[in-house]
Amino acid sequence: MIDTIGIIFIGLGIFFDLFGCLGLIRFPDLYNRLQASTKCVTFGTGSILFGTFLIVGFTAAGIKALFTIIFIVLTAPVSAHALSKSAHMSGIPLWQESVCDKLEDENRYKKNDQ
Amino acid sequence: MKKRLRWILGSVVLIIILYLILFYPFQILIYEKLLFIPVLKRVIFILLLSAAFCLFRIMKGPTALDRIVAIDILGILIVGLCSVLTITTGRSWYLDIGIAWALQSFIGTIALSKYMEGRDFDD
Repeated sequence: MIDTIGIIFIGLGIFFDLFGCLGLIRFPDLYNRLQASTKCVTFGTGSILFGTFLIVGFTAAGIKALFTIIFIVLTAPVSAHALSKSAHMSGIPLWQESVCDKLEDENRYKKNDQ
Repeated sequence: MKKRLRWILGSVVLIIILYLILFYPFQILIYEKLLFIPVLKRVIFILLLSAAFCLFRIMKGPTALDRIVAIDILGILIVGLCSVLTITTGRSWYLDIGIAWALQSFIGTIALSKYMEGRDFDD
């Protein structure tokens, strides 16, 4: 029974991983690609590791899987945020059909104040 | 003409990978008797397909930051692959590789993004 639940979690993780990497190919812009591909960190690999923990149980591998889940969930948003901010700072343009750019407006207001 | 050739090449590669997913002609290390071994074999091939997508983005990406994003996601996929190999082989040291890979990937991504950001602060 608990093996079946673990396999269901692994299947969900595979679904998110595959479609996240498909978004990494097909989206037109760096920011869109980042938005699609960071979904396959927390949901994809996180649920694969949780399914591994459910199948293996409280052994050495299960405890390592739990620690890896905690580490990944803490560090992946930090790296994604640093990447998007450095992309905006180094002047990579948005897609031409993008609607709004709040960080650019904020920088322009600060420049006008000075 | 060139675009049609690229479509044909890509569809041939996708058909080969789907054949590998459905029929798995290779042997994979398996030591434990588990109920879901055929499902887990296909899971390994689907993870390798996603890694091939990431490699395509690394090869093609127009800027350097695209390649950094793809390398980050490739590291995360390899952590998942180590986790699946832990189930099928029953050895717990595959997850040690996964933990080390996640740590190195995080440090490398932070360092590269700070480097790319700091180069334009001087201008």
